[in-house]
This record gives sequence, structure tokens and C-alpha cells, in this order.
Amino acid sequence: MMSRVSEILENSKERLFTVEFPEIDSGGMERIAKHVDRIGPWFDAANSTDNTAAHAHASNTAVAIAIKIYGIEPILQIVCRDKNRLAIQSDLMGAALHGIENVVMLTGDDVSAGDEPEARRVFDLDGPQAVVVANVLATGQYLSGRKINPAPNFYIGAVENPAAPPVDYRIQRALKKHRAGARFLQLQICYHPDRLENFCRGVAELAPKLHIIPSVVLVKNEKSLNFMNDKVPGIDIPQSTIEGVKNSADPGESAYQLVLQQSKHALSLPGVRGLHVIDFRRDNSLERLMRELGRTPKL
Amino acid sequence: MPKLLPLIEDAIKKPIWGCQMCGQCVLHSTGMVCPMTCPKTLRNGPCGGVRENGNCEVKPEMQCIWVKAFERKDKLPLPNSWRAHYNDLRPPVDMQLKGTSSWLNFLTKRDQKRPAGWPILAEKSGK
Ligand code: SF4
Repeated sequence: MMSRVSEILENSKERLFTVEFPEIDSGGMERIAKHVDRIGPWFDAANSTDNTAAHAHASNTAVAIAIKIYGIEPILQIVCRDKNRLAIQSDLMGAALHGIENVVMLTGDDVSAGDEPEARRVFDLDGPQAVVVANVLATGQYLSGRKINPAPNFYIGAVENPAAPPVDYRIQRALKKHRAGARFLQLQICYHPDRLENFCRGVAELAPKLHIIPSVVLVKNEKSLNFMNDKVPGIDIPQSTIEGVKNSADPGESAYQLVLQQSKHALSLPGVRGLHVIDFRRDNSLERLMRELGRTPKL
Repeated sequence: MPKLLPLIEDAIKKPIWGCQMCGQCVLHSTGMVCPMTCPKTLRNGPCGGVRENGNCEVKPEMQCIWVKAFERKDKLPLPNSWRAHYNDLRPPVDMQLKGTSSWLNFLTKRDQKRPAGWPILAEKSGK
């Protein structure tokens, strides 16, 4: 079996649209079903996140399995902050047991970004090493060399932040992850179009087979932009962008237009094969964005 | 001598590079900036959380060590053969070597040992 994500990226010219599945704390499978109803028709796959922003939630693997039961293809995120190499391998093997193939391996925010900053940070592996480990499992062995028969199927991705210093090194770092075995890259949200463009051009030129999926985030107004600028590690939003939304006649509409513009720009860049959407608005703007980008809903 | 060596290495490398005695030194390839001084102990480049001013996500008052390494690898008079290893894919830290002398581990090639499944071929930076 090939995952739909790998089918689209490797064997078609279509674009891949992915969405961040909201973090789940409680409410059982009904809560999952409610989110699936809203986002399911518009996306090819959904990311199951791993304690985003260093806040504990229902586990990445459990949520990925739940999404899959409801018919959305999961992309399992695994971060290096909370688990050592044994736990990361068992996450991957547990997911494989349930037929989950798409995985994205990332370093992750530090514990200090979350609500339990007193926790021990792990980082037994880093992002590129975690990509290697997923790849090693896919070749039929654990890191120790112990055989796995049959080998699990993984379609492996990584993330990169095209806008964070040292900006001139980010392309090289993406290449390193590609060398480690990443086939696609989901990017951190980026409010510097010039940096995004340079990054995509560089990667497209040096690693034409590495598929780039930039991210956008739907927010309500300038307050959320300010929050991200202050609180989310690695995200810098120019003051002029924030002011532009704040001083407009309709900040809600203007915040939406910003995302539409970012999406169109991202999709026009070399190497870019799709878009990843994070929705903090939870109103009708997700559907509107998809329609205005030319998507038609699946049944 | 083997008992003394870690003490000597620590006494020299800690004041200069903030050495953490991981026992598998890669300083030559990282612009002489120790990756174990990164709060996340990342050995393969900067995380995505580096601040706009180049400072660390975890310690806002400290320059990200990978920003520093990126500058220093070109600025310092280092051999080009060292610079060429900057983007190498460094293997996970072998925690068994913590506190031992990297000099000795280098001479005995103990620091070359990898888990059997680790793909050594992927380590070298290509073009
Ligand atoms: S910002 Fe730099 S020094 Fe700080 S955790 Fe990230 S990589 Fe390490």
C-alpha cells in the first residue's frame, strides 16, 4: 500500500493539501468525528501533532489512529523533546501496526515554550537523526541492527523554518534532512515572503525531488499575530504586517486576505507541491480559503 | 594516564569551549563551537526556534550556538578539510562515552563506533 500523500507527491502532478488536526484533550471519538466533519472534505491528509508548543495532549499516535478510523489519512508528527530513541522507535512501530505510513520527524519546541517548563527536556535525537531512525526502521531493522520482518512502510517527512537565522544555512539543513531520508518538507509558518522564496528556489535547485509544503495559519485578527510574534518560537512577524491588519476597516477580513495572499504566493514558488493549513479561527474561513484556492470538497 | 586524561581534557576544554565531556568531540567541524552547549544539545544544526536577533529560543540572552558556529567556521583560520564537515550528519550521542576523554576515544577509534543499524554512508555531506 502506498499512502495517498506519497501517491500525490511522488506519482502525480496534483497539489497536496494538509491540515493540522486540532489537539485533542477529551471528548472521546465524538470530538474527533466533529473535527473530521469540518475539515475532512477539504484535505488529503491531517497532521496529528505531538504535544504542540510543549503542552501535553492526547498522544500523537492515538490521535493518528483515531483520525484514520474516520477515513482521513494521518501524518504522524514525532518530536524529539519528550521521548528518547527507544520511545521514538516504538511510536513509529506502534503507528505502523495500525497502517500509518506518513510520518514527520522534527526537533520540536523546547519545554520552556509550554506550561510545564520544569519538565526534563530529552532531545536524545535531533530532527535529522530522527529522520534517519525512521528510515532505518523502514529498511527492516531497529537502530541496534535487530531485524524487523516484514519492514514497516514509512513515507518520511521533516520540517524546516525558512525564515529563522542563520537564514543562509536553512537550505543546507533541508538538504541534510533529505540526505537523512526525508522525501517532503512541511515548513514553519513564514511572514517573510522573500525568505520563503529564496528558500524554495534554493531547495528546488539543489534537491528537485524534495517536495516542499509551506504552512499558513488562519487567525482572527492582529491580536493573534502579536501573540504568535511574541510567544511562538521561531516566528517573526514584521510590525508593518501586524499594523496593516490592525489599522484596516475590517481586521477579520484583512487577516483572512493576508492568508489568502500568502497561500497563493507560496503555491507559486518553485519546488512547492502543496499547502499545510493551521486553523485557529474555527469559523467558515477555512472553507472559504479552500474554495478560493480552487479546491472542491470531497464527499 | 587513562584515568588522568579526562581530568586534563576537562580542565582545558571547559574554560575555552564550555566542553561538556560528551567523549565524542566534533568541535573541529562546528567552527570550534561546542554543540553540547546548545540547551537542546543539537548536533546537526540550529532548531527552528532561533530568534530574529539570532539568539537562542531557550536562553534569550545567549546567541544561538549554531548561529555562532555558522559565522565562526568561515571566520576562524581553520583548515578547509574541517569546514567541509560542517554539514555532516552527525550520529546520535553515545551516552556511554559521557565523562570519558574524547582524545583517547579518538585514538582508539571508539568514537567511530555506531549502532549497527546506523547508515554511516549518510553521514558525509555531499556537494
Ligand atoms: S536556538 Fe540554537 S542554541 Fe538555542 S536550542 Fe535552538 S539550536 Fe540550540
